This record gives sequence, structure tokens and C-alpha cells, in this order.
Amino acid sequence: MLEAFDTFWSIYSNLVLTLGTSSLLALSIYLTLSCGMLAMANAAFMGIGAYTSALLTMQAGWPYPAVLLAGAAAPAAVAYLIGKPTLRLSGVYLAMATLAFGEVVRIAILNTEAWTGGALGLNGIPAETQPWHVALVLLLVVAVLERLRRSRTGRAFEAIKEDETAAGLMGIDVAAHKLAAFVMGAAIAGLAGTLNAHLTFFIGPNEFGFDRGVEILTMTILGGIQGLMGPVVGAFIVTLLPEVLRGLQDWRLMANGVILVLMVLFLPRGLWDPARLRRLLGRS
Amino acid sequence: MLAQQLFNALSLGGVYALFALGFTLVFGVLGVVNLSHGAVFMVGAYAALTAVNLLHWPLWLSLAFAAGVSGLVGLLVDVLVLRPLRARNAPHLIPMIATIGLGIALNSLAQGLFGAENRRFPPELLPQGTLHFAGLDATALELGIILLSLVLMTVLLLTLGKTQLGRALRAIAESPKAALLLGINVEGLFMLTSFAAAALGGVAGVLIGLYSNALFPLMGQPVLHKGIAVIILGGMGDIRGAMLAGLFLGFAEVLSVAYIGSTMRDAVGFGLLFAVLLMRPKGLFGSTQERKV
Amino acid sequence: MLELQSISRQFGGLKVLHDVSLQVPQGSIFGLIGPNGAGKTTVFNLITGLLAPHSGSIHFGGQSLVGLPPHRITQAGIARTFQNIRVFKEMSLLDNVVVGMHRHMNASWPATLLALPSFREGERRARERARELLGWVKLDHKVDDLADKLSYGEQRKLELARALATEPKLLLLDEPVAGMNSAEKTELMAEIVNIRNRGYTIFMIEHDMRFVMGLCDQIAVLNFGRIIAQGVPDQIRNDPQVIEAYLGRDDDETTAAAGVPA
Repeated sequence: MLEAFDTFWSIYSNLVLTLGTSSLLALSIYLTLSCGMLAMANAAFMGIGAYTSALLTMQAGWPYPAVLLAGAAAPAAVAYLIGKPTLRLSGVYLAMATLAFGEVVRIAILNTEAWTGGALGLNGIPAETQPWHVALVLLLVVAVLERLRRSRTGRAFEAIKEDETAAGLMGIDVAAHKLAAFVMGAAIAGLAGTLNAHLTFFIGPNEFGFDRGVEILTMTILGGIQGLMGPVVGAFIVTLLPEVLRGLQDWRLMANGVILVLMVLFLPRGLWDPARLRRLLGRS
Repeated sequence: MLAQQLFNALSLGGVYALFALGFTLVFGVLGVVNLSHGAVFMVGAYAALTAVNLLHWPLWLSLAFAAGVSGLVGLLVDVLVLRPLRARNAPHLIPMIATIGLGIALNSLAQGLFGAENRRFPPELLPQGTLHFAGLDATALELGIILLSLVLMTVLLLTLGKTQLGRALRAIAESPKAALLLGINVEGLFMLTSFAAAALGGVAGVLIGLYSNALFPLMGQPVLHKGIAVIILGGMGDIRGAMLAGLFLGFAEVLSVAYIGSTMRDAVGFGLLFAVLLMRPKGLFGSTQERKV
Repeated sequence: MLELQSISRQFGGLKVLHDVSLQVPQGSIFGLIGPNGAGKTTVFNLITGLLAPHSGSIHFGGQSLVGLPPHRITQAGIARTFQNIRVFKEMSLLDNVVVGMHRHMNASWPATLLALPSFREGERRARERARELLGWVKLDHKVDDLADKLSYGEQRKLELARALATEPKLLLLDEPVAGMNSAEKTELMAEIVNIRNRGYTIFMIEHDMRFVMGLCDQIAVLNFGRIIAQGVPDQIRNDPQVIEAYLGRDDDETTAAAGVPA
């Protein structure tokens, strides 16, 4: 038994850990979606976390726990700075501005070769990430988000998502809440980036661009945002699909695109929709 | 020399303006941010390339072909994806997400069909010769691009401003429900707009393919991102704003390459975008009018 | 309690409100009436901070409200309902009302994150209070239903309960009985009097003359952005300018209620 597990682990350990980091990414965008914002900057925040943490490990020799914190704090700080002006924008404008921001980050990475290695990326990042790191971070994030959902903050997010004006008139500081969701989402994405960087030895600017942003969005739309399980389910499916359907590897991007279109057209609430599931199960 | 740079910028700016026009048309009339517009840009370029290489058509015919093919793609996007979403009264972000998916799918398809390497238009096909006037050098290609962009933009502006069709489109842009009550064929005009906008995007794609001498499956992406910056800068849905912002971006990029260096060229648009957004969240020309549903 | 002085507001070139002044005394039920488009909802939008006046001042309990963001104005003690209902459709009735208690739920971060007793106690008390308020508007039998499933009139009542949850001193009601049938209106009329008797001040916009005349202590009349009359119901009923403003409307009920001989 143990031997079978060992074999499994030696082949699939990276995949399993990637399931964890993907879940974190999906949860990070869930957070902003849960208060009605489509912010497509989380791939960029992941990149900021990844590069910051990798550089701190490699150049400054920081211990891993500190590196993890920095990997969350750096994108959070950036999110705070750009959040205030950007979050004034609504809906579509916000989505586009954050998309544009993602591009700015990618270009900045390309143009700071001395630090980031530019287009060639950073190589030889020490493999610090242990499975328990990923498990612990994921567990903590899920626990915190769940408690948040069940508190007045969670209710405030939902109210803002439904009707910002009415929410404001309930005494909710809408701008502050949106900023908080944005910053927290950035921190979670940064954590995912840090964990991922110290898992894959190498990071390059193209990993944190538009394609990654779309992939994260696909996971969340696929899973649905009715609760925390949705993004995780979506992350699992999107990550495992290319593995399960071997031929799909090259068509990964196309698959994401097609999934997005199909989900939006036919299952807009996502796969993990407790209400619909209850109805389906109730019948059988 | 500054005058030369400014002239060169006219061709780049003209193409950006054409792209932004198509993008803005769809936003203004359909109320949708169509992020597959970058993909139709690429489709146009490849369609023209195919016409040239496989069918051996002359450049002008291939250009028209490209406009038709891209227009068709735009039309299909509207009929197959955007219309069902309209029927459902889906909130604004949903169609946008769908077009993100479409764009990605189209780009991947192109990559699968044509491969990822750069392609070029056969050099013999390009207009040859250089004109010298007023101390400036202008290649025939640049002049052709500038002329075509100008003509198309003028036609578009005149149509929108002076014709019955244009009035109908502007009415829809204000309020689709009201337009419907006035007897305007709203769905039909949605389809027409999608076709025309995509056709413009396709033409822009061919022009950039000629200008930069490079076609590749993801060529629409950087232009799309810049287009986003342009239409936010110009004020969403404002046709003239989009044109001016497109021209402006062309100038900004060319000048930055000349005086700062080419590596930051792509970031110029976004840098400007953020600066403007910080000061005027609705863009340079945007009005505070919300579209009435 | 609430004082508007010389408020003006324009949209583009159109002056929507002209030198509007009024005073809402504490503990009263104050009515603002006027033909459609007179600018009544704009007054509410100005008070609650959704719009800023171009000139004039707004004071509440001595404090100036101009320039404050909406959530601060709510925190100062003003709550409002909307002409076109804005309940949170995908949330239950209970949750809708509990949202209104946002600023009163002050569990600390550790308590929230660890689900400590103080947090749970706060949540429990909030739910209790929400049930109580829903009881005031006779919706406590539908507490867990989705707000979307309510009838139009019930949604209006939900908005009222939700506004009360913010513990306001002043309640702004924008057409609280629009779309209700006669029975519902009478019931709500009684409930509003109860609410006032519990110590709230009420400022309402309404079209239904019988409702307004029967309920309000004082009435102001807005026409084309100007206050044309202000006083007790009897004065308003007989004011020639008011009668003229309402004449030409096909609403017989309105002119009859205003006391105009048929």
C-alpha cells in the first residue's frame, strides 16, 4: 500500500500541489466576485508574489515562512495602492482596467531584467514548498473565508454585489469593503504564486499574463460562486482536465475558452450550485 | 526629426483608431465589451494572407475578403453567443466573459491551424516606392494605410452622423428599448453593427500585418489590450473619442520609441491609461451619462 | 430635526430644485407631495448623500450633511426606502434586515475568525431584532423566504423593516404605499403611526392623498422644483396654488381628497 502511494506521489506530487495552488487562485478571484467586482488582476498579483518571494529566497536568503509572508504582503500593498483609484470604476470599466494593469505588470517584469531575468525568467528557485505548506495555507484561507462569509462582512459583500447604492445606505462603507476584498484577493494570489514558484524551480513573465488570468476566471466561473466549494471544484477540473484527457495538453487554452463560453451560455451559476444540486438530488 | 516621427505615427495611429472604432461601435450600440475583437483582428490578417497565398488574389481584393471574413466572424459571435445572452437579460459582465472565452478559443484555433511562427505577406505584393514631399519621406505603404484609415473613418462618421441608419444606431445606443418602440429593427442593426465592427477590425489587422511585416496567432492580443486602454481613455462608447485616443496612442508609442527606447513601447498606453484614470475615471471624453436600459 | 435651507440642484441646464427650504420637526410625520417630476426623489437623494446640492445647506440635528458619503449619513441616523424597490433579491428576508444592522454589529476580528461566544451572541441578537422588525410589518411568517419571492407590497414592507434595522432617528420613505391595495395601505398607515409613536421621525413622499392627509402632521408641496406651500393638512387642502398644481390631472381621487368641489 505504502509503496503504491510512494509511486503515485513521485509521479503526481506536483499535480496534487498544483491543485492546491490553483484552488487558492480560484478563491482569490472568488473574493472579489463575491462583492460584485470582476477584477482580472490576480494573475499579475500572483506574479508579483512569485517574483518577490523568489528574489527574497535567492538573493536575500530569507527563511521560507518570512518569504511566504512577503509573497502575500507585496501584492497586497500594490493592490492597496492601485485599488483606491481603480475601484472607483464599476463593472466593465474595472475589469478592463485590471486587465490593463496585468499587462503593465507583465511588461514591467520584462523590462527589469537585472532583477527578474526579463524574458528568460528566474531559474533555480529552491524547492522549499512542502505538501503541508500548501495544505496548511489552503486550509487557513478556506477557514478565514468561511468565517468571513458568515459574518457581517460577508453579508456586506453580498449586499454590495446585489445593489451598491442600497448597501451604502445601510451604513456599509462600500469603498472600504471593495478595497478590502481586492487587497485580500491579491494577498491570496500572492501566496499561491509564492508556493508555486518554490515548487516549479522556474518562473517566467508569460506565466502571469492574460492566459493565466483567463484560466483563473474559468475555474471560478466553472465552479460557481455560490460558496467556497465552487471555486475549488472549478480549480480541480481545470487543472486535471489536461491530465485526464492527454491529447488536450496542447489545446488547454482553447479548452478554457470553450468552457467559458459554454458555462456562460448554459450554466451561468457554475457547476457547484447547492440549490440546483438539492433539487436534482431531491428528485432521485 | 520630429515631423517625420509624427508622420510615421499617423499610420500606426490610424490603425489603432480603426481598431478602437470597431470596439467602441460594439460597446456603444450593443452595450457589450467584446474582448474577441482582438481575435477578429487576427482573423482578418490571416484571411488576407490565405487569399494572397492560396488564391493568388491581388492585395485590394484580399483586403475586401478579409473584411468579409472577419465581419462574418463578428456576426456569428453576435448571433450565436451575444443574442442568447441578451434574451436572458444577462448582467453586463457575462457577455464580456463569454467574449474572453471566444477570443481565446479563436486564437488557439489559429495557432493550431497556422502554427505559431511568424508569417509575412509576400514582399512583392506591398506597394512600392517612396514619396518625398515637404521634407518628409513617406513610403507608399504608409500612405496607403493612412488613406484607407481616413476614408473608412470618414465613411463611418458620416454614416453615423448624417444618415437615417446612423440615427437609428444612435437611438439604440441611447436606449434599445426606446428604439424598439420607435419601430427600429434593433436585432437586425445589432447584427449589422457586429459585422461592420468586426470587418473594421479585420481590415486593421491586415494593415498592421503589412505595416509590421509579421503575422502570428496572438497578434490581436497586444492590440486588444491597447484598444482597451484607448477606449477607456477616449471615453467608452464615444466614437470620436476612440478615434482621437487611437491616434494619440499611435503618436505616443512612436515618440516613445524614438526618444525613450523601444522596450517600454507597449507600456506607454497603459501608463497613460492609469494616469488618466486617476484624474478622470470616465476617460478624457467620457460623459457621465449611463446607458438607459 | 432636519433642516434644508435654500437647496438648489440642476442636471445639465435643467434646474431641478429651486431654493427649496423646509424643516422636519422631531417626532413628526412630515409629507412631501407634488406632481410627478416635481423633484421629490431628488430631495431624498440630496439628503442621503447620493447627490450634492449646488447651493444651500442640509442640517440634521445641527450637523451638516453636505459632502458626507451615504454610509456616514446613515450612521448619523437617517434611513431610507426607495421608490423603485431595492431589496436584496437573492437574500432571505432575515438577511436583508440583518444587513441593515451592519454598523451595530461590532464583533472583534478574533471573535469573528474564531467564532467566539461574543460573536455568536451578536449574531443571535441581530437575528432576534430582525425578526422583531419583520413582525412590526407583519412579515415574520416569511422570515427565511428569498426576498425575490415576495409580492410588490410585501417588498415595500421589507424595505421598511430593513431601514428600521439601521436604528435611524429619521426615516425617509419614498412612496411607501405605491402599488399596494386598500387593505394593505390601511395596515401600513397604522404601522407608520406605531413607528412614530416608538420615537422615530418620519419624512415621506407620497402620491396617495388620502394617505398623506390622514397621516401627516405637516405637508410641503413641491411643484417644478419649488416649494409652493407648507403647513398642516387643512391649509394645504385649501391652498389655491396647490389646487392649481394638481388640476389638469385626471386623478379624480386626488382632487376630491384635496377638497376641491367636483
